[in-house]
Amino acid sequence: MSLSKLAGKGVYVQGNDIDTDRIIPARYLKCVTFDELGPSLFYDVRFESDGTSKDHVLDAPQHEGAEILISDDNFGCGSSREHAPQAIQKFGLKAVIAGSFAEIFQGNCTTLGIPCVVMDEANRVKLTADVEKHPESEIIIDLEGMQVICANAIYPIQMKESTREAFLTSTFDPLDNLLGAKTEIHSTAKKLGYA
Amino acid sequence: MGKNLFQKVWDDHVIRQLDNGQYQVFMALHLIHEVTSPQAFGMLKDKGLNVAYPKRTYATVDHIIPTDNQSRPLADDMAEKMIQVLSDASSEHGIEFFAPESGSQGIVHVVGPELGLTQPGMTICCGDSHTATHGAFGCIALGIGTSQVRDVLASQTLAMDPLKVRRIKVDGELSVGVTAKDVILHIIRILGVNGGVGYAYEYGGSVIDAMTMEERMTVCNMSIEGGARCGYINPDETTFEFLKGRERVPSDFDEACEKWRGYASDLEASYDDEVLISAADIKPTVTWGVTPAQAISIEELVPSPDKVEGLDKNLINDALSYMKLEAGAPIKGTKIDVAFIGSCTNGRLSDFQAVAKVIEGKTVASNVRAIAVPGSEKVDKDARAIGLHDLFEAAGFEWRKPGCSMCLAMNPDKLVGDEICASSSNRNFIGRQGSSTGRTILMSPIMVAAAAIEGSVADAREVFNLTEETP
Repeated sequence: MSLSKLAGKGVYVQGNDIDTDRIIPARYLKCVTFDELGPSLFYDVRFESDGTSKDHVLDAPQHEGAEILISDDNFGCGSSREHAPQAIQKFGLKAVIAGSFAEIFQGNCTTLGIPCVVMDEANRVKLTADVEKHPESEIIIDLEGMQVICANAIYPIQMKESTREAFLTSTFDPLDNLLGAKTEIHSTAKKLGYA
Repeated sequence: MGKNLFQKVWDDHVIRQLDNGQYQVFMALHLIHEVTSPQAFGMLKDKGLNVAYPKRTYATVDHIIPTDNQSRPLADDMAEKMIQVLSDASSEHGIEFFAPESGSQGIVHVVGPELGLTQPGMTICCGDSHTATHGAFGCIALGIGTSQVRDVLASQTLAMDPLKVRRIKVDGELSVGVTAKDVILHIIRILGVNGGVGYAYEYGGSVIDAMTMEERMTVCNMSIEGGARCGYINPDETTFEFLKGRERVPSDFDEACEKWRGYASDLEASYDDEVLISAADIKPTVTWGVTPAQAISIEELVPSPDKVEGLDKNLINDALSYMKLEAGAPIKGTKIDVAFIGSCTNGRLSDFQAVAKVIEGKTVASNVRAIAVPGSEKVDKDARAIGLHDLFEAAGFEWRKPGCSMCLAMNPDKLVGDEICASSSNRNFIGRQGSSTGRTILMSPIMVAAAAIEGSVADAREVFNLTEETP
């Protein structure tokens, strides 16, 4: 499956330095599979401790079914927990647009097939204003053309070339590729005294 | 032109370039634990794969293990299950598992170095962002996600992009009461929480050279808090002296040291960036907000949002409102409810020794719940052997069993409501310590001790009469 083009409604979760503890609090890491993590996404930001809704933007009726998350700088900083991108994916979000990303988070997203694309602040301000005004607008992320298209406006985006290539060639999950070098792995292990 | 350590270790461990431009890199050491690794074994099973190099992976439990009662089965069913899945998978695949009460259990980043599994020139990975800790030995040490844990189990390799290297030189002499924790909090404050994105940090300079290995681990541990993918310190005699005689080091130790020495950055090595930090500028440092870069010295005032604009203004406002702190007020004197000494940042023997030296004869304030959590069973045993356990208890600390404990509060050690914790851990994120309204102030172990005794954020230099003459 090539992820060169994705489309969906957007939702803007504002703020710099949104860490993975906020994306999924540690108590929800108690699991031996990732299957049930969707409802825990941003839990403490979305709900009071008694479970009543805080009317967070992710739960706003106009953003129901949103598939593209938009945020600001240094999104996903902190813990390496893959539970964070897993929760994003299980919640139904397919891609993240932000000012910048923490590297472990971005790498985890890539492996799961969630493109993390970088957009500068001026363009993000325009895009999020549009999403807030017209939440039904479709956002198209085009990794071939390295642009986001929304309501006839075109926004330039950035992504590390190796990551982009992985999405364009559907090799974002690297495991099969890695397993293709068993002989070379073994000779490196031997050379370094590890086998 | 010379090479830096990152380039040397990288070149040694690269297997080939992948079609997308990334590199396939061999992982010399893989550490796993009960929270981010059990799922990877499920992924292997789904794909019908086996563990390729089981002798290069070691398992232990740390994140979820209670620190009061560790008798099995654990009271928390899911915690018990996670430990069991890890333990079963380890034995099924021939992976050595450091179980509770084996004498070797503890926080992965404490256990690896103390056993001598962590060795200079290695590539090390673990499903935990604080894997950066191992960089103190001159390693490329990477926190990874669970799918990557799967990749390493199946192939002993990772797909990676190379990193740029920033040399951070800390020169001068630290003044009394200023610790390795203050050094790294100061660095993060200066360079920001995302200043390190795209980089490995190489720490050097006279301050780093003079540090013990445990201090160097504290510095490297928080590299990730500065946004760096990893951080390292060049191996030297201090490194070799620490490793000498440890259980898992090579039997031809002198020969190994020769090899390890060669990994250190060449004198003429080039860097993508260099930063100079003056030791004289570093004071006992504490956080006031909800990221580790939102830090000030104990002498400063909590910042005011008035002078900044845009998202930064929002960040300060949001942090102040969450922390319930007043802009422009001194941080000193802020009442605390809990004091926590432990974690992979500051849960090693020397951390407890430093506190023991100053708390003797003093008592924790009556309104403060104070807990000391050794980083491993070995730290616990060594601390007890020299009477630290008694000394902490006499001062009013609870002395617990080893684990991550209140650093991320996945076990029963949690803040309640909006309690404030003076904490020797590494993250002050919103809700980090187990309550969605709980508040964390990061600081060094002796600063935690000072806060515990005063009942409020305090200057350890004043509370313990530390002067330049204090030995």
